[in-house]
Amino acid sequence: MGSTTSVAGQRQHAHHFKNGREEFEACKQGMWIFLVTEVLFFSGLFLAYAILRVFYPEMVAAAHHELDWKMGGLNTVVLLISSWTMARAVSAAQRGQAQKVVSFLLATFICAGIFMCVKYMEYSHKIHEGLLPGSLFSFKDLLSVDKVGLFFSVYFVMTGIHGLHVLIGMGLILWIMKRASRNEFGPNYFTPVEMLGLYWHFVDLVWIYLFPLLYLVS
Amino acid sequence: MATSTVQHGDNYINHSQGIMSWLKTLDHKRIGIMYLFSILFFFLVGGIFALLVRLELLAPGMQFMSQDKYNQAFTYHGAIMVFMVIIPLIPAAIGNFVLPMMVGAKDVAFPRWNLASYYVYMTGALVAASTLFMNGVDTGWTFYTPYSIRTNTSAAWVLMGAFIMGFSSILTGLNFIVTVHKLRAPGLSWDRLPLFVWALYATSIIQILATPVLAITLFLLILERTLGIGIFDPKLGGDPVLFQHFFWFYSHPAVYIMVLPAMGVISEVIPVFSRKPIFGYKAIAAATFGIALVSFIVWGHHMFVSGQSAFANYVFSLLTMFVAIPTGVKVFSWLGTLYKGSLRFDAPMLYVYGFLIVFTIGGLTGMFLATVSLDVHLTDTYFVVAHFHYVMVGGTLLGFMAGLHYWFPKFTGKMYKESTATWAALIINIGFNVTFFPQFILGALGMPRRYADYLPQFETLNRLSTVGSWFILLGFLVVAYNLWSALKSGVKAGNNPWGALTLEWQTPSPPPHENFTNDPVVTEGPYEYVGEKALMGVNGAV
Repeated sequence: MGSTTSVAGQRQHAHHFKNGREEFEACKQGMWIFLVTEVLFFSGLFLAYAILRVFYPEMVAAAHHELDWKMGGLNTVVLLISSWTMARAVSAAQRGQAQKVVSFLLATFICAGIFMCVKYMEYSHKIHEGLLPGSLFSFKDLLSVDKVGLFFSVYFVMTGIHGLHVLIGMGLILWIMKRASRNEFGPNYFTPVEMLGLYWHFVDLVWIYLFPLLYLVS
Repeated sequence: MATSTVQHGDNYINHSQGIMSWLKTLDHKRIGIMYLFSILFFFLVGGIFALLVRLELLAPGMQFMSQDKYNQAFTYHGAIMVFMVIIPLIPAAIGNFVLPMMVGAKDVAFPRWNLASYYVYMTGALVAASTLFMNGVDTGWTFYTPYSIRTNTSAAWVLMGAFIMGFSSILTGLNFIVTVHKLRAPGLSWDRLPLFVWALYATSIIQILATPVLAITLFLLILERTLGIGIFDPKLGGDPVLFQHFFWFYSHPAVYIMVLPAMGVISEVIPVFSRKPIFGYKAIAAATFGIALVSFIVWGHHMFVSGQSAFANYVFSLLTMFVAIPTGVKVFSWLGTLYKGSLRFDAPMLYVYGFLIVFTIGGLTGMFLATVSLDVHLTDTYFVVAHFHYVMVGGTLLGFMAGLHYWFPKFTGKMYKESTATWAALIINIGFNVTFFPQFILGALGMPRRYADYLPQFETLNRLSTVGSWFILLGFLVVAYNLWSALKSGVKAGNNPWGALTLEWQTPSPPPHENFTNDPVVTEGPYEYVGEKALMGVNGAV
């Protein structure tokens, strides 16, 4: 957020701010407000999930066995590690250690990549088996369970939108890595890294809720 | 509040040249003007659909449309007017231009996101409008399931358009909140903020909290149509009433996204044209937030006949009554400001007088509909149609017209012809009441909404209503002519033709590129119309 004008490596704050501090504060507030909208966006899905649990508790209990908790658990660990590397990247940016920023962002990116690979394996397995949303559901062992497709609707929509956020985050990480390698960040200007960090922790946090709700219900 | 008004000819219009300098601008004033023209274009489109609907209802039986076309016409009228016109109208067009100036800033906090919001809006609007050339859409603007899942029309594209436009609304709200927090001029404490800024701030909070819920709802409905995920589809075990809950959780607060900015305009215009400090500044600001708060806990009053529990009906009915309290605080504060003021009858103020009468009728009939026993009788009748047009058109649109005439000299540096503007205001106000008042009676008599035909006993009132719609058209044509000719050949307006005290009037018209020639410093509240300042502008110029 905010425009960049690099003059010989020295970044000036955008023209309508009094100083860099004011700009940083504005960006941070804007980012938090954006995260509020994200929470509300996901809240609709969590509500739909809650209603599903209340309407069809046996169906949810039966259907969740088709999710592999080991894969979900692995992804949880991977994302937790990525949150740590992201936090290190932010603190390195605040100290102006460009090389460290790049390394930690790269580690974060790799974790995100592992997450997406595991997700891909889970998805392709389910699509292959016919464990699909709503009307498309065709997995024969569970066809006798009433409304079972709904569980996979919620599963695919929630993890799909979350996965989309991970992908967007990976794109942003690459962009910030490139800027860090050009030595753009330091004690006076690290706003983009900090904002990326906030976004990334949010994406992790959503998964921390999704994992038990979808994989560990009983 | 004095700032230098040195004229050196540079303003936001001539600051840079060429169409690209507009399309790529980061200047909030230009973005506001781009929004204004785009929204007014869609207002014309939505208005044409309204006129077609009224024309079809001129007489019983079918006149010139098929019943399917009629369903599409009222759907487009509603969807265009709600999502493309009234929601962005005041915040994105007038607010974008005026809010940063009112707080003494050079721009909004995030100018690039501001420009992005405009393109997001245009993308969404064009996606939705493209269905006009496909199979249309006939669900009504509320997209109720399960019909919206089953219809063969291009509903998914309209849903996608509304989904996209939601992000533009969020971006505008986010920008305004941060701008108000971080970019206020020195001395502009919270208790000196103009009430229009307070109104936009509260509106932004609603946009931030409610719009994402609409986004996920529309997204799920799109998946419902394309993949059959079943969350809202009873056939697959989903719950269609859940859709209504989701939809109204956004769309009731959205009513206040539409009307709070208009109330903000009213709060600006009244003190200027009464030459008096506003009555109850803090009460109006607090009431704005009261309305925003209550807006989130009343959505169930749209669903009294949906099959939700009787207990929920009682609770939502009671909570809805609370809306009347902050709204009443505002109306009485405005009346208190008018009382013993040196009232003037310039065009902006004529719309305000119209607003006060019409909006009060709209608000009070809202209390009728909040009463469960009465609402069961009135649900889905023309009474509801009349009620929300009294609030949306009588409230938001008249508020917008007041604002447009009030800030037009600031936007353009030109002054429109007062006598023409007066006539237009009268025609619009009268036309509005002739169109919509009969609909209260029709609804009470039991005429259902959204039907292409009606029983012969409703003919007289329907005829009256249709004739009224022609007067509204005439009024807007006169406004368009008046403002257009002012733009082409109007007299110079001067920097502060109304003698107003808020910051945007303390700088040249049209304003320079960065709004102020010197950074403004604020030393008192925005409505201190006492002593000499109470007399300023009385003779038309400073």
